[in-house]
Amino acid sequence: MTAVVVTGIGVIAPNGRNASEFWSATLSGRTGIGPLTRFDATSHPAVLAGQIDGFDPVEQIPRKLLPQTDVSTQFALAAAAEALADANVDPARFSRYGTGVVTSNATGGFAFTHREFQKLWTQGPGAVSVYESFAWFYAVNTGQISIRHGLRGPGCVLVSEQAGGLDAIGNARRAIRLGTPVMVTGGVDSSFDPWGWASHVSSGRLSRGRDPERAYLPFDVDANGYVPGEGGALLVLEEASSARARSARLYGEIAGYAATFDPRPGSSERPPGLRRAAELAVADAGLRPTDIDVVFADGSGVRNLDAVEAAALADLFGPGRVPVSAPKALTGRLYAGGGPLDVTTALLAIRDGVIPATAHTSAVPASYGLDLVLREPRRAELRSALVLARGKGGFNSAVVVRCTDG
Amino acid sequence: MLAEKFTLSDLIEIMRARAGVAEGVRLDTAIGDTSFLELGYDSLAVLEIQARIAERVGVSMPDDAVSRMPTPNAAVEFVNQQLAQGR
Repeated sequence: MTAVVVTGIGVIAPNGRNASEFWSATLSGRTGIGPLTRFDATSHPAVLAGQIDGFDPVEQIPRKLLPQTDVSTQFALAAAAEALADANVDPARFSRYGTGVVTSNATGGFAFTHREFQKLWTQGPGAVSVYESFAWFYAVNTGQISIRHGLRGPGCVLVSEQAGGLDAIGNARRAIRLGTPVMVTGGVDSSFDPWGWASHVSSGRLSRGRDPERAYLPFDVDANGYVPGEGGALLVLEEASSARARSARLYGEIAGYAATFDPRPGSSERPPGLRRAAELAVADAGLRPTDIDVVFADGSGVRNLDAVEAAALADLFGPGRVPVSAPKALTGRLYAGGGPLDVTTALLAIRDGVIPATAHTSAVPASYGLDLVLREPRRAELRSALVLARGKGGFNSAVVVRCTDG
Repeated sequence: MLAEKFTLSDLIEIMRARAGVAEGVRLDTAIGDTSFLELGYDSLAVLEIQARIAERVGVSMPDDAVSRMPTPNAAVEFVNQQLAQGR
């Protein structure tokens, strides 16, 4: 079977506006979580967010695209450009349909749409930008990246709430196996306008904490919800032999992928599907659970969901048998961006032989049977990593990444 | 509010603010006879420009307006015709 490798990484995250900034923040424990300032959120029940500050779209994307793009798409365009430059891929050097894009998006262009809807209701339909026709849309990041860089091959969007970013990577891997040599994939989200924020709050899963270091505590005894973040990551995936032929730097292989769906609550004796997704992804990589050196957990921060994930890991690997971490404690949960950012973390962890800690979490219930990496990064020789992501509504996705040398 | 006369400068201001400016393009009064397409504006961009003109000067635009304004000068002339006819 064709091996699929990662040759380029682009990151836009609350604690780093590119991959190297993000990685050094992740290792040093620098948080991107703070009070939401994009609008006055002080009267909302949740007030903390993983917000990207200091991003100037004028510096990052063509001026022509400014009036037609939501901030989430501006983030996606910046990350895609970084990933392609990092991979040293010039799409024009591949065949006309030899390069494609698959992204995931969970919330669409909220801030743009909020503004246009305000015009609709206060000034009438004539005042609404024609660009609203696509600026709101889940597929818009795929489309804008495709147009900007001339990536004319397979193009699609996957929407599965916070699991979707891993599904995009799985789908891009499939496109490469079906014959497209280069795919840009991943996910980016942002929805920090008042309307978007209301949609986050309505999930009932947000932390109401006001202390940035205590609000989002994955797997902690005091876990009490999560903090939403914005941003994500885009990756360049390539067919391994063609990547090697052009002497590309290989970050690692996307070795396995699987997705499962939870049974409707109360409708079945079947357990939640997370364990099965993890097991299937490991098998898809041709590995056994004992081959996995580290797990980057979904790390919901919602108590009962943490318990479900801990049980799945203990069952699949044996209690305490594999190091687990949730570095997203420093960014908040990035929706479609979360999975691809965790895959980035996994690749850089393998490269550098270090597992970043789950910042802020300090006490894990013994009943979880988790070897959670706490406080400090842990040195370890890593060859294979499992990345998990769950989306509200029953989505479970898993990706296995593996080092490429040997 | 009805404007007296719609000018190329008015149009350029709308283009710049609402449809953006392509790389390598300078929007000055020398662009009058260059087609919107050559200036980097696709049909959707022209539709957006036209909608903002309608909003600004208070004229209504017929369905075929896009095809009747291939260049900025043609657009200015068309808008002023519409204004003169009191549309």
